[in-house]
Formats: sequence, structure tokens, C-alpha cells
Amino acid sequence: MNPSIHKLNKAFESRIRLGIMSILSVNDEIDFNFLKTELEVTDGNLASHLKALEKLSYIHVEKRFVGRKPNTLYSITKKGQRAFSEHLNELEKLLNLGR
Amino acid sequence: MESKEHLENLSYIRSMMESSTRFISLSGLSGVAAGAWALIGAGVVYFYSDGGYDGIPSSEYPMGISAMNFELGVAMVVLALALLSGYFFTARKAKKGGAKFWSKASMRLSVNLAIPLVAGGLFCLILMHHGFWTMVGPCTLIFYGLGLVNGGKYTVDDIRKLGLIEIVLGLISAFWLKYTLLFWALGFGVLHIFYGALMYFKYEK
Repeated sequence: MNPSIHKLNKAFESRIRLGIMSILSVNDEIDFNFLKTELEVTDGNLASHLKALEKLSYIHVEKRFVGRKPNTLYSITKKGQRAFSEHLNELEKLLNLGR
Repeated sequence: MESKEHLENLSYIRSMMESSTRFISLSGLSGVAAGAWALIGAGVVYFYSDGGYDGIPSSEYPMGISAMNFELGVAMVVLALALLSGYFFTARKAKKGGAKFWSKASMRLSVNLAIPLVAGGLFCLILMHHGFWTMVGPCTLIFYGLGLVNGGKYTVDDIRKLGLIEIVLGLISAFWLKYTLLFWALGFGVLHIFYGALMYFKYEK
């Protein structure tokens, strides 16, 4: 079997998306600013990755207002949780093959 | 080599999971300072007692304060000083590491620590209300330990271990009421200094 033909999820190829999924998988609800400071990325960059994950329905987006300020909350969906844990399993499998 | 990248990704995932849930800026020096204040407090109570270690005063206190109010006052001052110095050292460490003091992780730690602690504090007040003074000391140790075990999930593992030891100490001291003050000094003083120093040399040196 050629180890380069793997089942790694293309959606998680970017570091930032991996970071988003990691944080959301261990927290109930996280807002945009928390993700931004934790991942150390720019607004635009983070927003585009979040949009992509939302399109795949891996994450759930909830817009609300805190006072007058808009505040967006993100949480992981069941589908996202499953996809992410499969991705982790694949990563582990690949590492074991490489050994 | 591809597997190196996979390994890096895995450790990145792990670190993101940890840093977004655990508050790791807790400074060991906070513990050392809290322990020192507790020892001073226990010393003051002992100095004004009639020489026993049960922590129950029988003589009158300076300025006509009743014995129990005096002890309660000392405990409150110790708590306030411990919280203040704890905030000082931990905020300093967080700043040094580029982390925020008030973050999702530190909030979660505070809330989970506070639930058993507030319940215990109220319970101790109820004990005093009924005149069960002897049980207050052991109860503070037990509930404090429960708070640490509960909050320990959201910070370094040492806190959970410290909590377990506090619970055991509290239970033993509830049995030997003659030595409450000694157990209290051991639990809040010596153990804080020991674990604080341990954490300091483990994570901050």
C-alpha cells in the first residue's frame, strides 16, 4: 500500500483550520476574538477559514449582540466532531506506518 | 519527510486543546506567598491562645474583641492577603508569557474552584451560627481541597494533587480536634509553600 494515498481530510490541510477545530472540540462555545488571539491570525484570514468550515457544516455559527457590539459564537457540530476525530485517527495511523 | 509534518500537526492540535482550556499561568510564587501569610496568621492565633493547638481560644483578646471575632478577623485578613499576592504573582507570570489574566481558561478555573469554596464558606458560617466552632477548621481544609480538585482540571495537574492532600488532612484533623491549628498551619501554610516552590522550579525556572 502506498502510504501517500491516505484518507486525510483535505478540509484540515491548513494549520489555522486544525487550530479552529482543536479549540472547538474541547470548548462548548467560542467567540471570534478568542479564536483570533489564540490562533494569532488576522481577521480576514480567520473569517475565510471559518466560512469554509461552516460551508462543510463542521461548525455552527451563531450571531448575537453584546450590548451594541456584534459578537459571533462558534461551536463544533456532530459532523465536524466526527470528521475531526477521523482526521486525528488517520494522522496517528500514518505516524505508526512511518515508524 | 511527511511524517514529521504529521507529528507537528498532532502536537499543534494538542497544544491548542490545552491552552484553550487550561490556565497554565498560575504562578508557584502565589502559593509560596499564600503559605507564608497562613503561617503568620496561625502564629498570631497561637500567640493569643492559651498555649493549646486546638485553635479554640479561651482568653480575651486585645481591644475587647471577642475571641471568635478575633480568629475570624485573622482568617479574613490572611485570605485577603493571599488572594492579593496570588493575583500579583499570577498576573505577572501571565504578562511575561504573553497570556491574558482574564481568559476563558482562568474564568473556568475560578468558577470551578469557587463552587465548593463558596459552599464550604457558607457551611462554616452555619457551623459557627450553631456554635460548632471545633469543626470550622477541619471544614475549611476539606472544602478547600474539594475546590482544588474540582478546579484542578483547568490548570496544572499539581493543583489536583494538592487538593487531595488537603482533603485527607482535613479529615484527619476533624478526628484529632486537639491539633486543628497545627493541621491548619500544615495544610494552608506548609503545603502551599511546598507545592508553590515545586511548581515554581518545575515551570518557571
